[in-house]
Amino acid sequence: MSHWIKVCALDEIAPLGSRVVASSQGDIAIFRTADDAVFGLRDKCPHKGGPLSQGIVHGDTVTCPLHGYKIGLKDGVAVAPDKGCARRFEARVEDGMVLLSLPSADPA
Amino acid sequence: MKKQKLVVVGNGMAGIRAVEELLKLAPDLYDVTVFGAEPHPNYNRILLSPVLAGEMTINDIILNPLGWYADNGVRLHVGKTVTKIDRTARKVVADDGTEEDYDRLLLATGSTPFMLPIPGNDLPGVISYRDIKDTDEMIATAATHRHAVVIGGGLLGLEAANGLRLRGMDVTVVHLMPWLMERQLDKAAADMLKTSLEARGLKFLLEKQTEALIRGESGRVCALRFKPAPGDEPGAGLEIPADLVVMAAGIRPNTALAESAKIYCNRGIVVNDTMQTYDPRIYAVGECVAHRGIAYGLVAPLFEQAKVCANHLANFGIARYTGSVTSTKLKVTGIDLFSCGDFMGGQGGKGGTDEILLHDPAGGVYKKLVVKNDTLVGAVLYGDTADGPWYFQLVKDGQNIHEIRDHLMFGQKHVGDVGHAGKTLAATMPDDAQVCGCNGVCKGDIVKAIKSQGLFTLDDVRKHTKASSSCGSCTGLVEQILASTVGGAYTPADTKDKPLCGCTDHSHGKVRQTIRERHLITIPSVMSYMEWKTPNGCSSCRPALNYYLISTWPGEAKDDPQSRFINERAHANIQKDGTYSVVPRMWGGLTTPAELRAIADVAEKYHVPTVKMTGGARVDLLGIRKEDLPKMWADLGRAGMVSGHAYGKSIRTVKTCVGAEHCRFGTQKSMAMGVKLERMLFGMWSPHKVKLAVSGCPRNCAEAGIKDIGVIGVDAGYELYVAGNGGIKTEVAQFLCKVKSDEEVMEYSGAFLQLYREEGFYLERTCHYVARVGLDHVKAAVVDDPVRRKELHERLLFALQDYEDPWQAAVEKPAVRREYEVIRIKEVAEVKS
Repeated sequence: MSHWIKVCALDEIAPLGSRVVASSQGDIAIFRTADDAVFGLRDKCPHKGGPLSQGIVHGDTVTCPLHGYKIGLKDGVAVAPDKGCARRFEARVEDGMVLLSLPSADPA
Repeated sequence: MKKQKLVVVGNGMAGIRAVEELLKLAPDLYDVTVFGAEPHPNYNRILLSPVLAGEMTINDIILNPLGWYADNGVRLHVGKTVTKIDRTARKVVADDGTEEDYDRLLLATGSTPFMLPIPGNDLPGVISYRDIKDTDEMIATAATHRHAVVIGGGLLGLEAANGLRLRGMDVTVVHLMPWLMERQLDKAAADMLKTSLEARGLKFLLEKQTEALIRGESGRVCALRFKPAPGDEPGAGLEIPADLVVMAAGIRPNTALAESAKIYCNRGIVVNDTMQTYDPRIYAVGECVAHRGIAYGLVAPLFEQAKVCANHLANFGIARYTGSVTSTKLKVTGIDLFSCGDFMGGQGGKGGTDEILLHDPAGGVYKKLVVKNDTLVGAVLYGDTADGPWYFQLVKDGQNIHEIRDHLMFGQKHVGDVGHAGKTLAATMPDDAQVCGCNGVCKGDIVKAIKSQGLFTLDDVRKHTKASSSCGSCTGLVEQILASTVGGAYTPADTKDKPLCGCTDHSHGKVRQTIRERHLITIPSVMSYMEWKTPNGCSSCRPALNYYLISTWPGEAKDDPQSRFINERAHANIQKDGTYSVVPRMWGGLTTPAELRAIADVAEKYHVPTVKMTGGARVDLLGIRKEDLPKMWADLGRAGMVSGHAYGKSIRTVKTCVGAEHCRFGTQKSMAMGVKLERMLFGMWSPHKVKLAVSGCPRNCAEAGIKDIGVIGVDAGYELYVAGNGGIKTEVAQFLCKVKSDEEVMEYSGAFLQLYREEGFYLERTCHYVARVGLDHVKAAVVDDPVRRKELHERLLFALQDYEDPWQAAVEKPAVRREYEVIRIKEVAEVKS
């Protein structure tokens, strides 16, 4: 089970920018691309735990600020030859609001 | 649209590299079919020697396993030799009858070893040295037979001889010429090589011509007979025993197929600069090709050809191949030998070349550099090849060596020896020696990645191992390891016109120039005008473009925070755990009890775990949560403090000594001078960080000798030094000029920094910038030309006017403050999925 949660207005995230959402499942980075798509990833680089939310967003990729790992926003997977994967959270825009899907902490 | 058909004849390094390059550019343009005569997928032919020597296995040298072909949709016919091209019907036919139609055809048929036309050259036990089959046969023969003779004392012959010797055979090398490897070495180096190979048990017979190979009782070759000396009877020449004869007397471009199809050949298959043959549908790359009359037998040029060819196959139509400068390295473990370019030199002044020589026979070192018109045109190194890649780079770039000529011979002493205690002989380093101190990469890791992943360039190695990808101080060492591992396949990166990043083919210089000439003021306009390949760049090019725009068009171009690295976006330094550090500005390093009290207060209020002094002598508060930054800045702001920019490619600090204000030796008021400079430069963004220092006397307690600008007070005024660096590689600052007054210090310093801001490439420190353009260029603008100096200084002041403290902006402006705020959510379903 998962449910959708309102996060903020799309305008509150800069294009090619990101925001951090504090959740019961840890910090989640919400990214906005140039074409206003939004993506959610756990805010922890698979390499050394760097905060992906602080990286530079380009295309559908974010570059981790610590050591330059490039992580795909769509699937959380590191761009080869780097390896690893950041957990993905579904996100979408509806009526100018950013919505984030959080799996229930307690699988009923 | 229906896909076109591309057929590639030749499954070797050149053909498959062309396919790889093509797939990168246009993955869906063609259905690709490859024919290979050998029953193997593409392997690294240049590493056959280590296989023969028992240092590697066949599996180690496979470049593209069969899975690669399947994954990329490439159809592969192995073990089939194409015997006919039907240009009218546009199809090829293989020896087993397989037929394939083509829209475009790529010939990469390689070369064939030259078999001496002598009696007995077809006997069992007489082979060439070209492929896996030959290598296997040599390994098998070594186990059962004793005497081997290698005909040909070139690169390939010596590697074969060394391998057979290591496999226990008694090996004699027969060579027609007076010295070994005459195409790569001069006589002095070749003699040293011969001595060293003799010490390993190889025997040499030079200036000997083979007359016949003699059949033994078993039907196999048993001996080799030389031509008799002049005047002796025919057949009276010396005979030596030979159970195995390896012909390594050169290769010939394999043009038979092309010639049978009436494609114009001359030495090789003749191609133009786009790698096209005389039939416009047919391209050719590799050893089978003759380009501008030259057939290359080394692998590096083949890769360049493959890249150009792929560009045209992909219908891009912009690349040209204009020939290669080649380098050679002998892959015999324990022997260091390198040559590149025109290494023979004038030999009597021919061609106007000079030679710089170092010859130490007892120490086993020989170096010859060939210089023409203040450029290096060739080099031969024996015994110590550490600087080979550097010399090769100088040859390729045609760099003017006038200024470094007197110490050229002693090499690029400064290459990558941070943390290696000067140990730069890559080949002799043990596998567990650490090369990249930033990322903890050892030599063994790099060698393994190069071999197993088939890497050939510095960029590849950086991507796969991370070595040399952080501070870059080990770049020279990594290049050496690359060069010694891949041998002749090594090509140094093109440093002159290197593309800014993978998003564009344009160099930093070209981008800067275009921004200025076309008056471009936004990142999207640069990307669209210069045809960027990616929609919005990457983390390498965007910060560079942002800097070029705001430094070229101050007041017009708008700073783009999303194109800045996080430190400059958040105005604090990110740390490994995601917290930040805060360094308040202290002009000239001076502070007050009130400021210190405010710092102490915020340190307690926000539970700052670490407080320390920075290298630039400022107070650093570490371990701050991003959310707390604006609050902390508000508190510091109330005490009058502003951002110290310890996080930016910007003015950092002006370090000062006490100077004439207090010091009994001081000649100038260094503190006051430092404060004036730091205030003038506040808010200055630059290609890289900028640090200054002002000392009040030549004792130089502020360490001005390793700063971007060092100011040293003397009795009559100040001495100015520029382009020092205390970081990755210590560089002593160079003397610029003497000035008399404080105003002149400001004007000259400002002009120098503005010149650097306008001409420097992004991430180039002043020491690299000045090394690139030359100190004379700087002096001409800043010292010799008072008008230009004033203009530069004024442009700097114009760019810096009205600069606001970024910390205060984050406190006051909600839109800026948002960057620091974490979104807190109520985790109850508000919208049904």
